[in-house]
Amino acid sequence: MEFFQHVLNALQFGSFYALIALGYTLVYGVLRLINFAHGDIFMVGAYIAYFVAVLLLGGEGMSGLGVSPGVALAITVPATMILTSLVGVTLERTMYRPLRRKGADRLYVVITALMAGLMLENGNLALLGASRKSFPELLHKVIWTFGNVSVTNLKVIVVVAAIVVFVLLEFIVSKTKIGMAMRGISYDKFAIPLMGIPLDTIIVFTFILGSSMAGLAGILYAMSYPILEPYMGALIGWKAFIAAVVGGIGDIRGAIVGGFLLGFIEIGVVAVFPSTLRDLFAFSVLLGILWLKPTGLFGVAQTTKI
Amino acid sequence: MQKHTFTISLFAGIFVLTALAQFGVINQYLQSVIMLMGVNIILSTSLNLVNGYMGEFSCGHGGFMCVGAYVSSVVTVLLFSKNHILGAPLLPPSLALFAFPLALFAGAAVAAVAGLVVAIPSFKTRGDYLAIITLAANYIVISAIDNMEIIGGPRGFMGMNATVHGMEGLLDIPWMLLWVLFGTVFTVWLLRRFVTSTLGKGVPAIAQDEIAAEIMSVDTNRMKLIAFMLSSGLAGLAGGLFAHILGYVNPHSFDIMKSTEVMVMVYLGGMGSLSGATLSAVLFTVLLEVLRPLEIWKWVVIPLLLILLMQFRPEGIMGNKELSDLFPKLKKYYSFK
Repeated sequence: MEFFQHVLNALQFGSFYALIALGYTLVYGVLRLINFAHGDIFMVGAYIAYFVAVLLLGGEGMSGLGVSPGVALAITVPATMILTSLVGVTLERTMYRPLRRKGADRLYVVITALMAGLMLENGNLALLGASRKSFPELLHKVIWTFGNVSVTNLKVIVVVAAIVVFVLLEFIVSKTKIGMAMRGISYDKFAIPLMGIPLDTIIVFTFILGSSMAGLAGILYAMSYPILEPYMGALIGWKAFIAAVVGGIGDIRGAIVGGFLLGFIEIGVVAVFPSTLRDLFAFSVLLGILWLKPTGLFGVAQTTKI
Repeated sequence: MQKHTFTISLFAGIFVLTALAQFGVINQYLQSVIMLMGVNIILSTSLNLVNGYMGEFSCGHGGFMCVGAYVSSVVTVLLFSKNHILGAPLLPPSLALFAFPLALFAGAAVAAVAGLVVAIPSFKTRGDYLAIITLAANYIVISAIDNMEIIGGPRGFMGMNATVHGMEGLLDIPWMLLWVLFGTVFTVWLLRRFVTSTLGKGVPAIAQDEIAAEIMSVDTNRMKLIAFMLSSGLAGLAGGLFAHILGYVNPHSFDIMKSTEVMVMVYLGGMGSLSGATLSAVLFTVLLEVLRPLEIWKWVVIPLLLILLMQFRPEGIMGNKELSDLFPKLKKYYSFK
């Protein structure tokens, strides 16, 4: 019975990793850019959700608008996703696009992304202080018990959200015209504008998709673990990134598989060993996978042309 | 004469600095800034070998530094100080002076072996995937040490001061400053000799075009092995020095943040330029100290500066040129072999 409880926890953790990994993989798939700021966009998403929720519900010394939690949740989710995607698009417009226009080496964009993440983290710390914020309760907790296994409604929502997002993104990328354009850019960035496809619009769209998923992950994470702090995005972001690479970065199925794999490894280690060994085992397993299959589970090796 | 001017001025500089520290002209704070500068120079030049000359993207340099710091600290604590787990000192403190370089060497050697974790996968893969392997290696080192209760785990490890005191008991001069300066000069000398040698020319060849390098009979796997092991070994040397400067190490001071700092120094200075990496390490250390009054805003200002640098001068301060390429007249005054 304990086994099923662990499986459920693993599914929940895996969903967070998968949601963040999807953002990494989308941007990488289109631009061949590791958007290292993505973990911090997730953190910003959680904070935006916090401010929206406090504004609506009150708390922390604010009276709030006094709406009911159900309505507040219905407003917070889309509002957070929109505001978070604005953050992502701002990064794209102010930092990545000028570099792309100049035809700068990919490496410089990666460093810019790394620095943008640091700025978000520490800017947040400097502006809001080191005090932890506790997230207001948006969803009344319901616990279903089957035998010894207990499931909260939140856990179900998290897992369902990850799967819905996966299906949606898979549909957008493989079935729609804009998805075809995205795949086209990753195939040949120079020929795509010749086909009359607006390069920048597609890239902005990619950033909107990726960042709003990070925003969604931010809300769900803040609802599950209602303590917010500025560095919460760093570790989970790096881990999700590793998960995306293990799955084969640039491939949406890879992000989901990698995210859930990491979730299962972590919970599995905690179930058997002391919890301090979690990171050690998780990263060793991932390193082992990359040793054996350097391009990840779903990745395709790029051939070098001479 | 110009053959020796640089060497002479270098050793004269070391002598003057040590003398100034000895007679209290520069205070403890300035000394520690100078020592940190030295450690940062070792770190940035050694990472430059991999990230600059070889064109890889290694972002786990802090992990190797951590290995070197812990190994050399454990050796010196085992030999010279009383520790509740490792027991009484094995050697009298008068031997500290002779054992300390050996401990540093042991740290560097183990760190070089740890570099194999990254070097072996680099045979098959490069670019982003190798970057993740280095990142994961950094995390693995940190969490492995976190779980070793015998050396303090997350609480950190201390007791290295006994060795420094042992050296000072023999002769009362600022030993750590001297060791850091020697370590820095040794690192830059070694790296310079390596990248200008016939063997070392293979490293930039890999960055330019790996397949072409192989056609030109460069054994790319061997070159990668040498470059990664040399780079991580020197990071281990920096770690050993760092641990003995502070007298205390904590696994979390070598996490991804440290690795990012080193990367910043490499890209600030310019990839593939030893004088650039040295210059940027000095600048970066000074910048950190100057911006100290800003407190947490410091870590907003520094990334912003680097973002602006990437926008307007992405090749870094020196590009891939050395100081003597930018100012040819300097060649009149010194020359290297």
